Amino acid sequence: MPIHEKHLIREENLLTHDKLVIEGVDVSGHWSTFIQTRVVSDYNEKMEDEIAALPGGEHINRCWQCGSCTNSCTVNAINPDFNPRYWIYLIRTGMESELLRDKDIIWQCVSCNKCTYACPRDVFPEGVMKATSHWLTLKGHTPKSPLQIFDEEFAGQVFAKGKIEESRLIRRFFARTGQPVVQDWLLSMVKRMIKYLPVKMLIGLGLQTLFHPRARGWARARAAINEYVHEKEAAHRKALGLPADAPEAPDAQQPQPHLDRKALIAALKN
Amino acid sequence: MTAKKYQKVAYYPGCALEGTGHSYNRSTKALGAALGLEIDEVKNWNCCGAMEVKNIDPKLQTYLSSRVMAIAAQEMGYDAVMAPCNGCYHNLKKAEYDLANDEESRQVVDSLSKKAGHGTYKAGEVETIHALDWLKESIGEDGIRERVRNSLKGLKIANYYGCMYTRPRHIFPEKDKGPGSESTSQPHFMDDLLAAAGAEIVDYPLKTACCGGAHSLSDSDISTKLVLNLLRAAEACGADVIATECPTCHSGLEMHQVRAEKRFGIKTTPVILYFTQLLGLALGLNPRDLGVHENISDSLPLLRERGLAV
Repeated sequence: MPIHEKHLIREENLLTHDKLVIEGVDVSGHWSTFIQTRVVSDYNEKMEDEIAALPGGEHINRCWQCGSCTNSCTVNAINPDFNPRYWIYLIRTGMESELLRDKDIIWQCVSCNKCTYACPRDVFPEGVMKATSHWLTLKGHTPKSPLQIFDEEFAGQVFAKGKIEESRLIRRFFARTGQPVVQDWLLSMVKRMIKYLPVKMLIGLGLQTLFHPRARGWARARAAINEYVHEKEAAHRKALGLPADAPEAPDAQQPQPHLDRKALIAALKN
Repeated sequence: MTAKKYQKVAYYPGCALEGTGHSYNRSTKALGAALGLEIDEVKNWNCCGAMEVKNIDPKLQTYLSSRVMAIAAQEMGYDAVMAPCNGCYHNLKKAEYDLANDEESRQVVDSLSKKAGHGTYKAGEVETIHALDWLKESIGEDGIRERVRNSLKGLKIANYYGCMYTRPRHIFPEKDKGPGSESTSQPHFMDDLLAAAGAEIVDYPLKTACCGGAHSLSDSDISTKLVLNLLRAAEACGADVIATECPTCHSGLEMHQVRAEKRFGIKTTPVILYFTQLLGLALGLNPRDLGVHENISDSLPLLRERGLAV
């Protein structure tokens, strides 16, 4: 079945009649299951250009729908709804409302680049995934995903100081996503870490959190980078037809709907 | 004997090797010292942008990486910069590719470099190599074989290379060039070096699978699941050890091995060591000097049992 017909066989699109006679033939029950007629009138004809205007999405127009990206995808193997080929199709045909059905999982791309490795057309599907989740946030369809928050915190530190300091990054990330810093698994990790760790190392790591690592003479680079980032942000808003003072999306909270143990084991057995 | 390459290289440790990957930093330096290879840290280096800055803007990442290469080439006069971290290695390689092939990237890097007040890096000024290339070319399997003091004989190792070392293919023009070169689909440099140190390399099908490192914290359940795939596959292959060559993969494996146990009660047996630590042990270096005690994954009972640590 062509990929664009996939959405037609969703539960809510199916019609069944307990009693139905067509042209004198009784097609009641099993034989009366039909796919509802649908008229699509809300195409967003600009969608492909908008995605192409964001970093990573530049080459979406090269796609010829071979499906190598989805076939090689790390996340697709875990969640079959994660389907880069399908999303690229929807974007190129402007089926915005269909794409929005999957808006909460598109950010989950792990950037393993298997798709980019497999793609015969140099679409760089990994970049398209990033551009698409960026687009969803800019358009106000989703809050900032946990990954976007992490990227912002990380890049913010690099832009400000030229280097990052991991414990500060973790604290800031947990604070913005509304998670406790003290989590059971992190605690047992730290316990294992300090099992053999020499005291000197502990002091060193502690000092690193007090005196942030930084590149020397970074001020001019910082100013140049910040200027560039502002220019780019303005250009992205303009490309999407958004006002210059459009409000930023809020941060996604509690990002981890934890799988329970049974579900995880069941998933692993598959 | 012909002169070997990379006897003296610029060394770019990167942020992770100063934080969670400090044992990789320690063991890389210890190996260099033990093998008589000179590594000279890039002066006043900055972060390469890791997996995150490219999501804000890929050209900024190119700029960040280009500054590191500019210092190594122009200020320090090196023709090779060695990065043990897959993320740094990948980003420097990508910057090299973009600067050689994309005019817009060249313009952005030139404008930012001028404003920041340092020389603009131009493609071809320096060669970026991974710690694996460094050891393979400078010492090689024969060199390792000659120097082994504690053979890793009987130690079953699954070599895990991760994503950034081989993908995407176009930024690694020197790979997939036939015999002697690295393969992007079946990388083997780590296998070659550790086999020379006496280890038994198991046939590990997930060499270049993803550990979910980019989502370690932002989407932990996916990471835990991907890491469990890696650990269980290694177990099924009969591996005692997973050897790593990337601080993000390494800490991802360690973290999520603990997380799987704590959150989901799933225990897995392989211990996780950097390939530099394993090579160091084979050369007879002290585990403490290789940072074995600094890993979260506790490999000491296994190493003691095999006579590789006291």
